[in-house]
Amino acid sequence: MAEFTLPKNSRITGGKTWPKPAGATETREFRVYRWNPDDGKNPSIDTYYVDINDCGPMVLDGLIWIKNHIDPTLTFRRSCREGVCGSCAMNIDGQNTLACTKSMHDVAAGGAVKVNPLPHQPVVKDLVPDLTNFYAQYASIEPWLKTTTPTPQKEWKQSHEDREKLDGLYECILCACCSTSCPSYWWNSDRFLGPAALLQATRWVKDSRDEATGERLDNLEDPFRLYRCHTIMNCAKACPKGLNPSEAIAELKLKMVERQI
Amino acid sequence: MSRPSSMRTPLGRVRNLGSSHSGTSDFWRQRLTAVAMTLLIVPVIVIVLMLIGRNHAGAAQILGSLPIAIILVLFIIASAWHMKIGMQIVIEDYVHNETVKLVSVMANNFFCIAVALSSIYAILKLSSGV
Repeated sequence: MAEFTLPKNSRITGGKTWPKPAGATETREFRVYRWNPDDGKNPSIDTYYVDINDCGPMVLDGLIWIKNHIDPTLTFRRSCREGVCGSCAMNIDGQNTLACTKSMHDVAAGGAVKVNPLPHQPVVKDLVPDLTNFYAQYASIEPWLKTTTPTPQKEWKQSHEDREKLDGLYECILCACCSTSCPSYWWNSDRFLGPAALLQATRWVKDSRDEATGERLDNLEDPFRLYRCHTIMNCAKACPKGLNPSEAIAELKLKMVERQI
Repeated sequence: MSRPSSMRTPLGRVRNLGSSHSGTSDFWRQRLTAVAMTLLIVPVIVIVLMLIGRNHAGAAQILGSLPIAIILVLFIIASAWHMKIGMQIVIEDYVHNETVKLVSVMANNFFCIAVALSSIYAILKLSSGV
């Protein structure tokens, strides 16, 4: 059945409140999910106070400040710090987003900045989710150009109009904010491909240079792989790049009907 | 952290038994029956209002009209079909035990067919004046 409560070993127990930084005039409270695979304990929420006069404005800046000044064991992924790599996707104040593009000032003033790992994924440590299944699903849609016609001497040509059809699809950075915000993905991530993989599938189905459109649709036509999407639209709300996976999935469903009727 | 007990590769697990190449028919029929019900609901409400307060003979007289009987039968077919597809989706979403899922899907089919056939039988019986 669908899981409405956390498994016993995932239930959150107390947590440590770290002292306020000495000499700080203005602080922001951060409540951060902690879990260490090595100590055998349940996860906890630790409370930290960040000196906002000594720290950049983004939630990621706050986390880096905590790691540098308070607790070096705090574990999270980060790389580009400008919304391009998708590494720092996490659940901030109840919404999946990128820590590097989310300002801590956008979190309700006075309230703590609550930071959790992406929901409903196994946790490797602290804020690092295990996205193995997510990446395998991306691989399963075969995200590369497939052609039978011999490769041209120079390049595969595409009209400006056909190239424009990929707008709103190619920008996906595979951060997993959408898939891990989708209830259908929570309940059936073993069989439902999820919004990110399906948005990428649409990107290849719509590519005018690709010659395997039918095979791609065949591969997706399944009550679980595609049709678990019930247009809940959490994906579109969560996407930090402003994309709409829900619309891309609707286009796939339309193509499925189009080739039958 | 819960790790999969199988040593199968992640891609192998995702591909699993492959695509079933189905689902589009149900998707299309769900929309088809939804549109049908949208069109039929107003006449059905009017018919139900006409039936309020009538006795058996009065009801039989109204349902004796061919267009009225056809509208009601079509509405029953569309709604029972829609109900069957909708309930099956809910079961597939939430029931993960394969045996329970199979039994639930089967029971759902039986229930919807039984509801549809009994309703159609009642309409035909009344419309033929019995």
